[in-house]
Parts: sequence; C-alpha cells; structure tokens
Amino acid sequence: MSPDFAQPPSDRPVHAAGEAAGDPAQEAAGARWKKKELPSGLWLKCESCAATIYRKELEEKGRVCPACDFHFTLPGRERIKLVLDPESFDERFADLGAMDRLRFNDSTPYADKIKRTESKTGQKEALLCGFGSIEGRKIVIAVLDFSFLGGSMGEVVGEKISLAADLARTHKLPLVIFTSSGGARMHEGMLSLLQMAKTSAALASLNEAGGYSICVLTNPTTGGVTASFASVCDVTLAEPGALIGFAGPRVIASTIKQELPPGFQRAEFLLEKGQVDKIVRRSEMRSMLAKLLDFGAGATAS
Amino acid sequence: MSEAPRTDLAYLPFERRIQEVEKQLAELEQISVRTKLDISSELEALRTKLQQTIGDTYRDLSAWERVCVARHDKRPIALDYIEKVCDEFIELHGDKVFADDKAIVTGLARLDTRRFLLVAHRKGRTTKERMAYNFGCAHPEGYRKALRKMRLAEKLHLPIVCLINTPGAYPGIGAEERGQAAAIAENILQMFSLKTPIVAVVIGEGGSGGALGIGVGDRVYMMEHSYYSVISPEGCAAILWKDGAKTPDAAEALKLTAPDLAAMGLIDGIIAEPAGGAHRAPMVAMQAVKRQILTALDELEALPVETLLHQRREKYRRAGALPGRFPVVT
Ligand SMILES: [Zn+2]
Repeated sequence: MSPDFAQPPSDRPVHAAGEAAGDPAQEAAGARWKKKELPSGLWLKCESCAATIYRKELEEKGRVCPACDFHFTLPGRERIKLVLDPESFDERFADLGAMDRLRFNDSTPYADKIKRTESKTGQKEALLCGFGSIEGRKIVIAVLDFSFLGGSMGEVVGEKISLAADLARTHKLPLVIFTSSGGARMHEGMLSLLQMAKTSAALASLNEAGGYSICVLTNPTTGGVTASFASVCDVTLAEPGALIGFAGPRVIASTIKQELPPGFQRAEFLLEKGQVDKIVRRSEMRSMLAKLLDFGAGATAS
Repeated sequence: MSEAPRTDLAYLPFERRIQEVEKQLAELEQISVRTKLDISSELEALRTKLQQTIGDTYRDLSAWERVCVARHDKRPIALDYIEKVCDEFIELHGDKVFADDKAIVTGLARLDTRRFLLVAHRKGRTTKERMAYNFGCAHPEGYRKALRKMRLAEKLHLPIVCLINTPGAYPGIGAEERGQAAAIAENILQMFSLKTPIVAVVIGEGGSGGALGIGVGDRVYMMEHSYYSVISPEGCAAILWKDGAKTPDAAEALKLTAPDLAAMGLIDGIIAEPAGGAHRAPMVAMQAVKRQILTALDELEALPVETLLHQRREKYRRAGALPGRFPVVT
C-alpha cells in the first residue's frame, strides 16, 4: 500500500491508515484474485512451486498441485461439486444481487463492476447457498466464491450467510460454510461492515436453538469475514497452506516495518497457535465432513 | 451551559478564518488591557464575528474535514469522560489470560445515580500517553478483556456503555498469533446474547472491525463530528484510487459521517456538538453525550430482557436494508 497518505498527523501510527476489516478484501479484489485465476491454455505454472502443470490434470485433482500439494483457490461451483453428493445441491436465494447504495465510484463505478462480474461469473453474488448432502447427510451449505470480487462481503453476502443460518435453524440441519474472501466490500461502506454483526446475530440465534456449524477456511480468508462468522462456528477447519488472518500481510509488514516470519498466517501457523481445530486436505474434505456431521447428529436431532 | 473558549487549540487546515479572527480578538484584548481604552463594543463585534465564522466554517464540513475533527488532538477522549463526567469509576484490568491491553479501558462507572460498566477505547493526551495506549488500537487481549467485563456486567445486572474511538484493531504479528479476528468475532457474537442493555457511542474514530468489536448495541449513537467506516479513508484511497492524495475523495465516497449513516438507518441518532466541534467546548460536548446515554438507558431498562435481545438481533438483521429487499425464513 502506498504510504503517501494525505496529512498524516505526526504521532499517528502508519497502520492507522491501513488497518480495516475491509482493506485486505480490496487488495484481493483489486489484484490478487486476478492472479489466482488459471490462465487459459493447456499448461500453467503453479503459483507456489512454479512447476508446469497440465491443466486437465490440475482440474482432475480438484486444483491441487500434483508437484507441491498447493491448494489453489477453488471457484464456488467447483467447490460445491467436489463436496456435495452429485445432483444434491438445491440452491436458494440465487436471485439476490448487489446494489450500489452509495453510488460508489473510484476509477470504475461499482455498479459497472457488479454487472461485469455478474456476466463473467454467471452468478449474482459471491455467496452460493442452499441445501445439499454429503455422503447422504443432509446439510445447509454456504460457499464464498473468491472469483466474485474477491469473495468480499457486502450486503447480499451477509444476508445470504444469515439466511443460510436461518435455514439450518428452521430445518434443524447442520450448517457447513466454506470461506475464501478478502473481507468486507468497501464499495458498500458501513453497510458492508455491519454484515459482520448481521451474520453474528443469525449465528447467535442458530446457537441458541442448538444448531451445529462447521466452517472451512480456504485460501485466502482475511478481514471482516475472518473477524465474524468464519471464526465462531462450532468446528473450524482449514485447507493446507491457506492464508488466514485479520489484517492482510502487506498491511502488517508496512505497520511493523519488519519482514514477516515464514509461514506467517498460513493454516499450519494458525494450527500451531491454536486458532483452528484441524487442517484437512481437499481430497479428504468430504469424508472428514461426513465424520464430523455424524458426531453432530445429537445437536441437530429433536 | 457555557464554557470559557479554549485558547490552546491546534487549528485544522480548514479553520484558517477562525484562526485569523481569534488572533485579531486576542490582539484587541491585549490593547484593551494595555491602554485601558474602552473598546468593549469593538470587542463585542469581533466576538460575534468569531461565532459567525465558526458557525459558517462548521455548517457544511466535508466528510474528510469531519474525519480531521474526529481525530483532533484536543477532542475529548475516554479519559476525559472518566475523569470529568463520571461521578465514580473503578477500573478493572486485564483479560485474566494474557495481558492488560491499555488500548481498551474497562471499569465500573456511575453517572448521577446510574451504575453501569464502561468499555472504551483509550487514547492519550500526550505523545507519551498515546504510545502507551497504542493510539487506541487494541490487541486480542483488549477485546477479550472487554468481553470478560461485559459478562460481569450481565451477571450484576448492570447496563453496558461503550465509547468507541479507534483507528482500528492493531495489525501486528502478536495480534494475529493470538487471534485478532477470532477475538473480535467472539465479541460481536456474544454481544447478541448479553442479557443487559448496551449503549454504544462513537465519540471520535469508528475504525472498522476494531470499533465493531465493542460496538454492537441496542442503541448506537454517533457524535456529530465522529466518523464510522469500513476502512480508513487513507487505506481506501491507497487501495482503490492507488493514490494517497485522493483520501478526501475516499472519505466522501465511503459515506462515513454521522448524517450519512443516520440517513441510511445504520445508527440510532446523532449527538450534536458545540459550535466548532467538541474540542472547542469539551464539557458541553461530553454533557450532551451523558444526557443521550442516560435517556437511552431509561428507555432500554424499561424493556423485558427477551424483548431487548430480540430487538437487538432484529435491528442488525435489517441493518439498513431497503424494505422488502430480502426474503424471510420461517
Ligand atoms: Zn506446486
């Protein structure tokens, strides 16, 4: 981030300018997610080990690098296909699309960004949710899609997470959430920040009703998503190597003016620091979720 | 209530005209003392002009100018409320796990006869103090301290008052290691289940998740020249405009002022500040905050606790959404 802030009071720490639940989202939305998209063509380069991978092979392996096991960010629909039983996804609230309430306009009007992303992704928002089953166990699933504006949480993403929690509560089903997000969507201003509270209100009601929730943090999950619903589910899983944190690494590095230790904010680091319950490889996700759902049968019975 | 005007103010860039008139006034006052001439009518005219200038300057502040007022060095901070407005305050330290985060102060407080728990971001008055309190940027232990004391308040049937004034939660290695995101998330979640009234007031900077971490309330008010934002204007300008000089544009675009947020239905009210901002007449400003807190507590304590919790959750479930925009799951 540029340190050229207008009129910084002399005793104001540098991070005061950068810290926000929203900004990693935009680092992501602005630059990172473009890189994450697999370039077209038969061959591509692993962003972790730089090995040349045959595209078809990567897709067959659920976008996990055959050379170094790097777990590429998975588009939402692919995630659903990989995790749920075939044909079991019963999507809900797919027609809810973002609104440009602030008429936000930096270089491109936010309204145009939404339209462009809609036509590119063929979906109206960054969150996909509905009913589905995992090895026969019925659940409510919610998946944040990083390819839609960096999986950032605006009004609709927050609403759909809350509606998914409501579905889980009223249908007495477990709630399984997959996250990949840069955080709050700053084009929606405070409305996006308040989604952290909205989703928490819905989860509080789900918890009170004895509902069971599992969240899987995937690469990357930062900002307002980590600082709300993603961190307070009953079981927190992470995919190997996933970047997970509150502030983005660049914001932290520029604040403390030090290099960050290797592996900082990666899933393995979080496991060591006691922040996640378990790291689960993509290829084992379905069977692990099935087992965890079996252990939760008591919570969602009655 | 009147208060002698402060003379130790640092002027903000847009306050140049105020500064000029105040300088003229000070010179005239000196002449009056030195020469013993009767220039009281001239003095009176200049004082009127000063009030008019202050009024004109502050009538139509831009979003960025309001951010500057919210960050003013002399703006009343939590310590002022504790020392000058509270009738009693017993600080309770520490999260009882890791440390006592000085960026958040918690304690048992009293206004008139009303007892409550105070939770507030703590900034300092001097550079030394500011550094000691980390500029009001809390670590996870600060949020965990706040939650621990809020649970105490619930048990003691004391309402909770949160004064928000932070640039944001601290982004550092230790903060991440100890679960900054999880600490904020846990507070937000648990504040929806605390069986006691919660009133939050943004008294200066409402910096993103770091503010919301003690900011879920049955009533949330903003002082007239405070701001509340998903990201700092500087951060937003750097990321979206890729140009720090566009910070004022970012501030405008983010709709982070009290009137903007009230218009969207995202806060419950605005607390008016004295002419020229809270820093010109801190006691007047703080008394207004006190009155709003007491009024809100009166209203909230009249509600059965089930109603209180239901309304708190519903308020955030709606969170500024246009009527009929979202379906309802029953
Ligand atoms: Zn690789």
